[in-house]
Amino acid sequence: MSLTKRLFLGLTSVVVGSSITACGGSNQATGCPDCDDQVTVGILHSLSGTMAISESTLVDTEKMAIEEINAAGGVEVNGKKYEIKYIVEDGASDWPTFAEKSKKLIDQDKVPVVFGGWTSASRKAMLPVYESKDAFLYYPIQYEAQECSNNIFYTGATPNQQSEPATEFMFKRSPAAGKPFFLVGSDYVFPRTSNTITKEQVKSLGGTVVGEDYLPLGNTEVAPIISKIKKALPNGGVIINTLNGDQNVAFFKQIQDVGITPKNGYYVMSYSIAEEEISTIGPEFLEGHYGAWNYMMSINTPASKKFARNFKKRWGNDRVVADPQESAYNMVYLWKAAVEKAGSFDDNVVREALVGVKFDAPQGPVQVMPNHHLSQTVRIGEITANGQFKILESTDGPVLPQAWNQFEPSSKGYACDWTDSRKGEKYRL
Amino acid sequence: MQLILESLFNGVAIGSVLLIAALGLAIVFGLMGVINLAHGELMMLGAYSTYVTQLIFKLPALKPFYNAYVIVAIAVAFVVSGIVGILLERSIIRRLYGDPLETLLATWGVSLILQQFVRSVPLAYGTGLVVALLIGMLLPIGLPKKLYEKFSGRIIRLACWAISALLGVLTSNSLSTAISKLGRASARNVDVTAPSWMRGGFDLWNITFPITRLVIIVITLIAVLGVTWFLKKSVWGIRIRAVTQNRSMSDCLGISTETVDVLTFGIGSGLAGVAGVAVSLLGSVGPNVGGSYIVGCFMVVVLGGVGNLLGTIIASFAIGIMTDLIGAGRLLTIWPDMPTPLASAVDFFATTSMARVMVFALIVIFLQFRPAGLFPQKGRMVEV
Repeated sequence: MSLTKRLFLGLTSVVVGSSITACGGSNQATGCPDCDDQVTVGILHSLSGTMAISESTLVDTEKMAIEEINAAGGVEVNGKKYEIKYIVEDGASDWPTFAEKSKKLIDQDKVPVVFGGWTSASRKAMLPVYESKDAFLYYPIQYEAQECSNNIFYTGATPNQQSEPATEFMFKRSPAAGKPFFLVGSDYVFPRTSNTITKEQVKSLGGTVVGEDYLPLGNTEVAPIISKIKKALPNGGVIINTLNGDQNVAFFKQIQDVGITPKNGYYVMSYSIAEEEISTIGPEFLEGHYGAWNYMMSINTPASKKFARNFKKRWGNDRVVADPQESAYNMVYLWKAAVEKAGSFDDNVVREALVGVKFDAPQGPVQVMPNHHLSQTVRIGEITANGQFKILESTDGPVLPQAWNQFEPSSKGYACDWTDSRKGEKYRL
Repeated sequence: MQLILESLFNGVAIGSVLLIAALGLAIVFGLMGVINLAHGELMMLGAYSTYVTQLIFKLPALKPFYNAYVIVAIAVAFVVSGIVGILLERSIIRRLYGDPLETLLATWGVSLILQQFVRSVPLAYGTGLVVALLIGMLLPIGLPKKLYEKFSGRIIRLACWAISALLGVLTSNSLSTAISKLGRASARNVDVTAPSWMRGGFDLWNITFPITRLVIIVITLIAVLGVTWFLKKSVWGIRIRAVTQNRSMSDCLGISTETVDVLTFGIGSGLAGVAGVAVSLLGSVGPNVGGSYIVGCFMVVVLGGVGNLLGTIIASFAIGIMTDLIGAGRLLTIWPDMPTPLASAVDFFATTSMARVMVFALIVIFLQFRPAGLFPQKGRMVEV
């Protein structure tokens, strides 16, 4: 190997190793012709394994958001325009892999930000990595909260932005108002925490929860649960459903067979069923049941329509957009806004600048709050025969996020604020 | 009375899903001693066959017969899984007889390959492949004898495979143009919708009987009766049992043990396909569908006693009834005046997760006393 070649290789590795790669004036990438420079971000979702079906839609959305930003002139920092490049890593539906790939993205690729995760288990596995390396993860999924890290920015809904308004709607204004509740979920952290909150809330509203049951992950035998529901709710009622993925299919197919239907006074409110899942389960099994989200594809605003249209144009006409994708889309734009506000790619500066950033999202205006969550509008929808939600009600404006739940006894009276060094992760109100 | 009847029906419903899933395994594991970890994936292929059949019946030409697609799907699934099973036996398992550990590892590998295959290969191509294999295997048998006199066997075989490959490509092309859903690889779960007559339930004595469950019970019943008849009465069934009891003696008496192996494995795999049809009516169809049943299948076969069909039947219904009794908390309804400590224990186990723990624990305890299951094999056993 000649000396020049070796020197060249060494130089290349130095250039690749640094996050903001100066390209020596040769803008070979087509994404952003006017840009002066490049910045590489990390995308970390499952592209293989059980979660790939859901998480790959987020990768598609994040790529689309990055392409949009690049086409509009990239990220502008101190008068210099940066084109966003991305490295996609596969979490493989395996939680330790998420932690490992995070380390790789932070240490080896030196990315300023990672967009990633779906399941709470994957987030819990990544959290210590980001905290020990003081890096920054953007996490886009609605979750059970009871967590508030300085190193994670959560763009999904907290329970008070999804399950609480939904429970209140079911108890007060749904056709099954005042009737008893039955809680069904998959057996892992999100359904159990979410249902603990729901139980407390139903109690404080004056209603009753007549039963709850959890299906072990990977098990699709729902017959015992269905006989329990029939026994506990002989005259109809509300079923709160936090089942995961395939288990929903078995559940909805079989409850219809035994007559647990809206026609007979049984209404299911699901927290994990969005447009994508409706099309997999089949709208004929879901029609008349409910869902609660911040974003629904049927929102009739120009921003929402444009989001759906662009996504279809980029990835195919049969594709749908749903709440998790909107969250993923928002977080890329919010990161861009924060970087531009901070005038730097440095984590610590961006983190401070992020709080207070506003964005006109497809769902309406959102704003980053001091607890690293988003204020978002909450919508309740009824599932229609064409696989969409008919929006029945939405909150007047964005609802403030609560990282620590106010119905759950262990976290009642606590809040999170990262703008004040004396408050931090969990302080008493 | 009503309570007992409802409980019994639920138990039988759960048990019949277990039974149909375990039936093929009972044959393969019980008669051949092969631990086939790809059994769940053969079920998955059956479930996907149901999905493809359903979509084909939605085409305008076949639309009037849509309501009958499930019956056709059973046959299709049996053939598809059977073919894949036979290929599996011929190519891999045949070389590993008498080596259970390596069979286990090899079939596990096959199960992973099959899972990834349906994730990354469009269904239309998969269907084309199966069609090609079917024709390629059947064509040489169906050709008139005269041809063999004229040409050499090699040329005929070559021609047969060429024709079958062509037909396979044609099938996959026409499928992917006619049904665009099949033309794309997708790891996403798909949905098999039962025809309208199978949805809902009918009420009798204040109990709702879901029709899909009844259909599955009937499918299971027919499969069990069919298998029993085949093993007890038909010539090949008797040969299979003879080979199971004493392979070398059967060989000496002129039974082609290789053909028996292929047949046994093919039937076991085909039954897995039929189980796939049943399972697809209850839940969704995805690459992981087999994995969620495989543990239950082995549990049933081991509990029933390896190599005993009656044991498998009793074991699956016993597990089904236990799951329902414990999981739905029926013991409390049947006996409301239970003493408090016992009642709270029963209540603690009355969730789906805990019921599973309880059933597993009971099986473990049972196997401590009867390690060979309900009906252990008696007499001299050769080779197993």
